[in-house]
Amino acid sequence: MATREEIIDRCQALYDDLSFTAAREWKDAKKGRHVIGFMPMYVPREIIHAAGMLPLGILGGGDQLEVIQGDAYYQSYICRIPRSTIELLLTDRLDFVDGMLFPSICDVIRNLSGMWKLLRPDVYSHYFDVPQNYMKEVGGEFYMHELNVLRHDLEKIGGVTITEDNLRNSIAVYNESRRLTRELYKFRSDKPWLAPSSEVYLINRAGMLIPVEDHNQLIKDYIEAASAEDRPKRDNSRVVISGSFCEQPPLNLIKSIEMSGCYVVDDDYMLVNRWFTKEVPTDGDPIQALSYTFLEASVKMPSCFEPNEDIKGLFLVDTVKENNAEGVIFAATSFCDPALLERPILQDVLNDADIPHISFKYAENTGQMQPIREQAGTFADSIKLWS
Amino acid sequence: MSAQLRKPSTDVQKDASMAKQKAMIDSNFDRLGNVKNSGEKVSYTFVPGNLNELIMCFDMVGNYPEINAIQNGLRKKSGGLIMEAEKWGHSEDVCTYVKADIGMMRKGNIGPTGQPIPEPDILMLSYTGCYTFLKWFELLRHEYKCETAMLHVPYTGDGVITKAMTDYVVKQLKEEVIPKYEKVSGVKFDIDRLRENLAYSAKAEDDFVWVLESAKHKPSPIDAYFGGIYYIGPIFTAFRGTELAVDYYKTLRAEIEERIRKGQGPITPEGEMKNEKYRIVTEGPPNYTSMREFWKMFYDEGAVVVASTYTKVGGTYDFGFRHDPSRPLESLAEYCMHCYTNRNLPERTRMLESYINDFEADGLLINSIKSCNSFAAGELMMMREVEKRTGKPAAFVETDLVDPRYFSAANVKNRLESYFQMIDQKRRAGV
Repeated sequence: MATREEIIDRCQALYDDLSFTAAREWKDAKKGRHVIGFMPMYVPREIIHAAGMLPLGILGGGDQLEVIQGDAYYQSYICRIPRSTIELLLTDRLDFVDGMLFPSICDVIRNLSGMWKLLRPDVYSHYFDVPQNYMKEVGGEFYMHELNVLRHDLEKIGGVTITEDNLRNSIAVYNESRRLTRELYKFRSDKPWLAPSSEVYLINRAGMLIPVEDHNQLIKDYIEAASAEDRPKRDNSRVVISGSFCEQPPLNLIKSIEMSGCYVVDDDYMLVNRWFTKEVPTDGDPIQALSYTFLEASVKMPSCFEPNEDIKGLFLVDTVKENNAEGVIFAATSFCDPALLERPILQDVLNDADIPHISFKYAENTGQMQPIREQAGTFADSIKLWS
Repeated sequence: MSAQLRKPSTDVQKDASMAKQKAMIDSNFDRLGNVKNSGEKVSYTFVPGNLNELIMCFDMVGNYPEINAIQNGLRKKSGGLIMEAEKWGHSEDVCTYVKADIGMMRKGNIGPTGQPIPEPDILMLSYTGCYTFLKWFELLRHEYKCETAMLHVPYTGDGVITKAMTDYVVKQLKEEVIPKYEKVSGVKFDIDRLRENLAYSAKAEDDFVWVLESAKHKPSPIDAYFGGIYYIGPIFTAFRGTELAVDYYKTLRAEIEERIRKGQGPITPEGEMKNEKYRIVTEGPPNYTSMREFWKMFYDEGAVVVASTYTKVGGTYDFGFRHDPSRPLESLAEYCMHCYTNRNLPERTRMLESYINDFEADGLLINSIKSCNSFAAGELMMMREVEKRTGKPAAFVETDLVDPRYFSAANVKNRLESYFQMIDQKRRAGV
């Protein structure tokens, strides 16, 4: 079995590779394979998988991509992920992608779906709507229709039929993926000194880039290897990161938070990896199972309407309690409507629960870490001294 | 149910319809300010995807937070309100409509006309073409702890409205929206009353479209952006579905017919614009805090806006949609999905292209709004496409809706002057 260092080295290489070589190699390994890209938040990867295709998470260009053309498509007051994603497109780094899905995370990503249609009219692109009404006979029915639209679109692209058994099998594989991701998060929460946040992030991120079966094994291997090590435990404060669900923070920022004296015991990076809080049933109608599980067991996040004011924002208090966290760091991307509009409500809820919090903004290419380190470090110290 | 119309102010030159429009909008503020006496229940909702015909079925008065923000912007009050919201932790990065509204609430909810804005009995969250709406009413609900009806209007990402989308909206109207309104108002839903209201809407919409299309004349008798903002007032807010709106658009139409007969240009705050030099299509909302100054930059140069996408944000009637009393709920659903920002970028681009061609415009001007991603994200792409397809020059200016900090008059003026020079050069070159 690979060592922890070897596993992390592999994930780091995947993370650094803006040409998506692993996905290209997967596609080239067998004739007729297809790759479907998707933007952050949530898409039903089970359907892509059931079509024999590779779901590929496109999470922007990070801090290593020089954005030249992409900037010409966006005003200065729009976040960075769409401009770096356009850069990836225009520099042919995504020329092997057979389709793109744009989930309903915000207006910017929504409009990016239209830009894709204008820039690459010959490539399948689809705005993937999810229901904001959670009644089975209303939002559930609509969502089943949306899922079937995607299913039929992928069938056309791949020249395949996606059977119910294909779907059930894929649901089972992704149930395992979500279970393992939750296990990874629990492992970090229980022993954060053995699973630094930057490593957990890289493991998670690899799940955007490689087949799910490989990724499932990768998580198992990492937990086993990391558990076996004896790494020094520090007197860090335990914090939850909130607001980073779309444009991703640079890896150095994640490291900086930890170096400043915080153990990150939960976060909302790449929520797609653990979107459902329970297993999707593998019996019965698989499309209905995906739809109803979305309605009943999706994680709480700002792009989804919360119909019940009484519980609005309490998910964050629950997360803090479940993970024995001592505070929350709101880390949102500049100009991120969902995260920044939601933040005052969440701050109120935390204030009511006497949970300390701080907030800062970043971009995926933020390079200056000292202010963030100082802010997070002061927060960690204040928790230790006064909480 | 409407209050008495008040006399409008006469400090700038306005034609009769503008005065009537202002009186109508003011009357709704009067009505809101009087709910303590009248006992009317209050429904807050948004302009795009508003369900005014339905809300009226429950004898409720509508409050439109966007309109409050606009009116506060026009009265130079919004800047302070926005800073008040930022003081309470709202980010400088997000929508200034939201912050103007939150700031107004924090300062005692005194509306732009000086009358109190009552608390909502229900928030009608019509999630149509703008993600911020969803958060906006979650924020208001967090403060008011009132009933909230959510209507998820699917985005037309593939450029079409499918039966499944319509069915989804109709089901929400039946299962979510109507039951909540019945509960809050205590009034039983009467579909015949809705049909009656929708019939009024359709009548007004016919005349409204005629007004918009009148800009195809040369010279254009209207300005479809700055003037258009007055024209959309009644039909985009509390008056769609009323006889008052029908009367208003009849009056407006008659006025414009007369202007066409006389070969007159649009009325500006400084009187009739006599020399139409440039015919422009605009994309994006205007700036409200310096609206007069912004408009003046156009009419001083002889530039008239012949078509604008902003006047379609509350419905794209000019592409054929009409409210239909024979299909009341389906019609409301389709109305919502037809709103401009609920259309995908290729459709929006096609609209702009057709405006340039159909209105024989000289070019496209995009006023990109800092705090409105729904409009702004992708506008630079649209600009390139429209230029490519029409061969007409385009220009790009950046301002904000109601945040005065983002209106730089000198910059905007410079860009506009350069743009008009560019049109002149293209003309000389025979393009």
